[in-house]
Amino acid sequence: MVAGAVDVLSWASLVGGGVFCVIGGVGLIRMPDFYTRTHAAGVTDTLGAGLLLLGLMLQAGLSLVTVKLVMLGLLIFFTSPTATHALARAAMVRGIKPLLRDGGQEPSKP
Amino acid sequence: MYALSSFLVLFGFWLLLSGYFTPFLVSMGAAAAIAVVALAHRMNVVDHEGHPVHLGWRVIGYWSWLGKEIAKSAWDVSKIIVNPRLPISPMLVRVKTTQKTTVGVVTYANSITLTPGTISVEVSNEEILVHALTRSSAKALLEGEMDRRVTHFEGAS
Amino acid sequence: MMFAVAAIAVLIALSLALARAFLGPTVFDRVLAANTVGTGAMLLLAVVSFLGGRPEFIDLAIVYGFLNVIGTIAVLKYFRYGSLGEPGAGGEERQW
Repeated sequence: MVAGAVDVLSWASLVGGGVFCVIGGVGLIRMPDFYTRTHAAGVTDTLGAGLLLLGLMLQAGLSLVTVKLVMLGLLIFFTSPTATHALARAAMVRGIKPLLRDGGQEPSKP
Repeated sequence: MYALSSFLVLFGFWLLLSGYFTPFLVSMGAAAAIAVVALAHRMNVVDHEGHPVHLGWRVIGYWSWLGKEIAKSAWDVSKIIVNPRLPISPMLVRVKTTQKTTVGVVTYANSITLTPGTISVEVSNEEILVHALTRSSAKALLEGEMDRRVTHFEGAS
Repeated sequence: MMFAVAAIAVLIALSLALARAFLGPTVFDRVLAANTVGTGAMLLLAVVSFLGGRPEFIDLAIVYGFLNVIGTIAVLKYFRYGSLGEPGAGGEERQW
């Protein structure tokens, strides 16, 4: 009974994580400029990765594998914002102008 | 003092990664941890910043709140991405920081970046330049709840 | 079965990120896409370790994660300064 519930939960979070990863990828393609694309990549890095790892942890149970998965999650948790910030800052220093509000409305027209 | 606790943390990390407990491998792990601490000592990074144990248990309260925020805003950004009209209104805003230490400011900037929908572009001691995906995400940030929570989390360190 | 579904989802996300790396008009788009590919590879390694029942793959994923972030920062530093040897922080641009 408990095992079945854990299975259902891990199914749900694996599928949810996969869906969020794909949504992040789609956003990476659809977004109109560099800065907005970083937001889409953030979805993959946070919720997609988190849910996938949660689903794997539920499958692994209490073992060394779970500890390693937690480490993997913490690693993503600490390094992904650092890398994103470095990217955004480098782009800003390079002088790439972000698309601001008026321009941002333009691609929303069909 | 910090060197000792760094050594313990590194050695624990090594043990968790390896999972073998023969004397030879454990002594190799201890040697590796000592080598890393020695290198870090040469680079002058063995101090309270590289090893923030003083934050203690407040980490758990802050992280659970941050996790909830991340889930909420990631959901919002996902809805924007799958929306065929792509209703984005990107904007740049400056937010003031009220943290006292560098660790606090960095925690705040990293939390901003980790939340989808806002990224910190430039960080200085007093303010952070933030690129927000929509007007509502910028407004949520300017209300300053995250700022208050990070300042509380940083505490009287 | 469920691991196969997750692996396929991660593979789709990876191919979308690769497409962005191919299309990307600026170099930063490509580096961002490469970073996303790195994250996707970590997740794929973790899923594959369960798919094949070989938990060693998670160690590879951890190593890949470290390489990913260091690689991204190194590439950015290279594009900014034209070399990897100069001190990045503490220069005239960063005051603190």
